[in-house]
Parts: sequence; structure tokens; C-alpha cells
Amino acid sequence: MESYEITVMSAGNTFLCGHEQSVLDAMVKAGFGPFHYGCYGGGCGVCKIRVRSGSYHVFKNMSKAHITGGLDKDIVLSCCIQPRGPLVIEAVSPGHRALYPSFRLQSEPHSQ
Amino acid sequence: MALNKTLRPGLIQLRVLDLDKTLDFYKNILGLNEVCRTDDGRVCLKGYDEFDHHSVTLRKADEPGFDYAAFKVDNEETLNKMAAATEAFGYPTDEVPANSNQPGFGRRIGFTISTGHRLELYCDVKLADQRPEIDNPNIWTEPPRGMRAQRLDHFLLYGPNIAEAERFCTEVLGMFVPEVCNTPDGNRLAAWITSSNKPHDLAFVEYAQPGKMHHVGFYLENWTDVGNAADWMAIHRLKRDVGPTRHAITRGQTIYFWEPSGNRIEVYAGGYTAYPDNPQRTWTAEELGRGLFYYEGEMIPSFLEIVT
Repeated sequence: MESYEITVMSAGNTFLCGHEQSVLDAMVKAGFGPFHYGCYGGGCGVCKIRVRSGSYHVFKNMSKAHITGGLDKDIVLSCCIQPRGPLVIEAVSPGHRALYPSFRLQSEPHSQ
Repeated sequence: MALNKTLRPGLIQLRVLDLDKTLDFYKNILGLNEVCRTDDGRVCLKGYDEFDHHSVTLRKADEPGFDYAAFKVDNEETLNKMAAATEAFGYPTDEVPANSNQPGFGRRIGFTISTGHRLELYCDVKLADQRPEIDNPNIWTEPPRGMRAQRLDHFLLYGPNIAEAERFCTEVLGMFVPEVCNTPDGNRLAAWITSSNKPHDLAFVEYAQPGKMHHVGFYLENWTDVGNAADWMAIHRLKRDVGPTRHAITRGQTIYFWEPSGNRIEVYAGGYTAYPDNPQRTWTAEELGRGLFYYEGEMIPSFLEIVT
């Protein structure tokens, strides 16, 4: 099966993604790319990226809470797309960070 | 005699992105039994160890998440009293006729709480055809499948103004609050609320966006079943969030993971026995990580950040 080169826009570096592989899976295995990830199911919206160029196949339903198409039709969930040619992608900022009352959550390191 | 007039969370309706793949998960991996399908294509399921008609309904939709959940109360009189008390509390109620959009369920009183979630109350529901034996009963009749989930146990909802939602649960539903977590300035960050001996039937975490679900929890018999559930996750490549581990809060033994539509599921065993006369356990926000993930000893960011 074919693999395609995925270029990360700001960095210029690339990684390979297989025809039957999700872009997120390839990013994580390459250890490189604008990846945040969560549910791997198209539901949580955390793995959002923008595809600047190239064609891809959407193999999983993407939650419309996060992907609306229309003017933002090049914003997709990286866990739900497989490449059908070389792609150029870039990060989309998550925007969900400021939803908690601000206080320190991290507890002290466990080992004592 | 019931410990409390509210008995338990008896029903949850979840939105899923795709019915076939996600249904296969709920039936063959989690181990729920399909009971029936509605005219509009929703699927009704139940845990093998439950008596009532069904406890989980799946609705295909554009976004995954929580549609509503319903609590069973002990009788018609309680239902009427709580309906009136809900109105008096400030939440307008509506009535869903018996046997309408949830087969086998009697009439339900619905309302939306401060966190943006729809809850319902009911007192009547048909017995399921597949249910535990009651005459010199065996522990099961068909061998439990997959993760061997026994029943719907609880759910954790995220939304604003959880202090008011908690107050509704105690004042109107007669529930009590075994465990809480507060911010440094004394505001409620999280609350674990129950109507029974379980350490929680539902829980809330304060969050800016309304109507979100963090997870729905299903009960497993013991720690061995928690390990078995981890095996099933691995074999089926389900994305694990946290666990196998133990909570200090509720003392439940647990794994969190995501089902194919992105809803977070918890499989949970154990938990301490809660009594309304016992003192309340309190956690500070700084210690919440250890409270949730006792073995890890720290907060796991994905746990806080990902909801549907």
C-alpha cells in the first residue's frame, strides 16, 4: 500500500502516512507534528488540523460540534482522515483551555 | 423500604456519530444486551444484571454526547411531589407521556438544571424480558460478554454553576453528597452525589461550557473484571484514557477509555459504602489529581480537557 508525504507547514519537516492510516496515527508514530489527541473517535475535537493542500479521504464521521465544513472546510480531525496524496497540514489552536476556574491543579510529585 | 425516595439513575440517552460500529462496541465489547429499536432508529440496551426494561438508548447524531438521563423514584406520589418541588426550585418541567419515546417507560417529568443538562424523573418502567433470575437464582443465565458490564452505574456531567445543581439534587431529589472538591477560595469544583449506598450516582465538575458529559460509568463486579476490560480495550484498539487504576475519591477501581464515537466510558468496580449520616469527605483542588488517580498521584490533563 502506498505512503504519502505529509508536510507540517510551520516546521517544513515531513513524515510518511500510509493510504490506510489516519494522519493522527502517522503523526504520533513519527513523533512529530502538531498533534494533540484525545478520543481517536472523531468526537472530542482535540486533534483538529487544517489541511493546506492535498487530497484526503474522511473515513470516520467527525463531530459537527468541532467540524462545521463550509468556510472552514479545510479544518478536519486528524484521527478521521487518510491521505490520498501528499498533504500540507498545520495546527489549529484548541481553544478549550480556559474553561476551568483558574487555580493550580497539579498535586505534589508522588514519590516521597 | 427504599434508603431514599430517589432510587437510582435508570436511563441515559447518548448521541453517537455512527450507529453500527458504536453499537457493536456497546453490545459485544462492553457487553450490554440490545432490547429493542425505536421507530426513529434509536437503539435501547441494558446491562445483563438489570431488571428494568432498558438503561441506555443510543441516538445517531452529528455530535456525540449526552441527550438526557432519568432517575427512577419510588412511587407516583414521590414523582408528583418532586415535579412540584422542581417547579418551585425554579426549573420549568415538561411531561413525556408513558411509552412514547422510551419503550417500556411510564411518564417522565423533564427539566433542565443549572449546568445545562436535561434530567428526568419516572416511577414506572416495565420489567425487561432478559433479567436476573429471582427463584433460587443463578448469578447469570447467559454468560456475560466482553467487559461484562453489569449495569449503568453513574455519569459525570460538566457545566457551569454546579453548586446550584448540587443543591437541587439534595433539596428536591433528596440525594446526599458523600464527597466534594473545592477551590482555594471555597467554591465548589466537583461534587459526588448519591441517592443510595453507592459513593456516587452522578457527579459534577465546574466547567464554563454547559451541557457536556465527561463520562458514563458502568459497573463491573471486581478488580479482575477491570483487568479483563483492559484486555478487551487492547485487543480492539480502543483508545484508553486512564487506568487500570484506583480513585481515592469513591475508592472505585477504574479504567476510562473512549468508545468509537468519542464518548468517554468508565468501567468501575468497588467504591465505598456511603451513608447519609457519615461525615462528608473533602478534597482541595491541589490534591484532586491524587484523589482521582491514586496510583498515578497526579492529574492527567486529558481527563480534564476532553469532553463530549
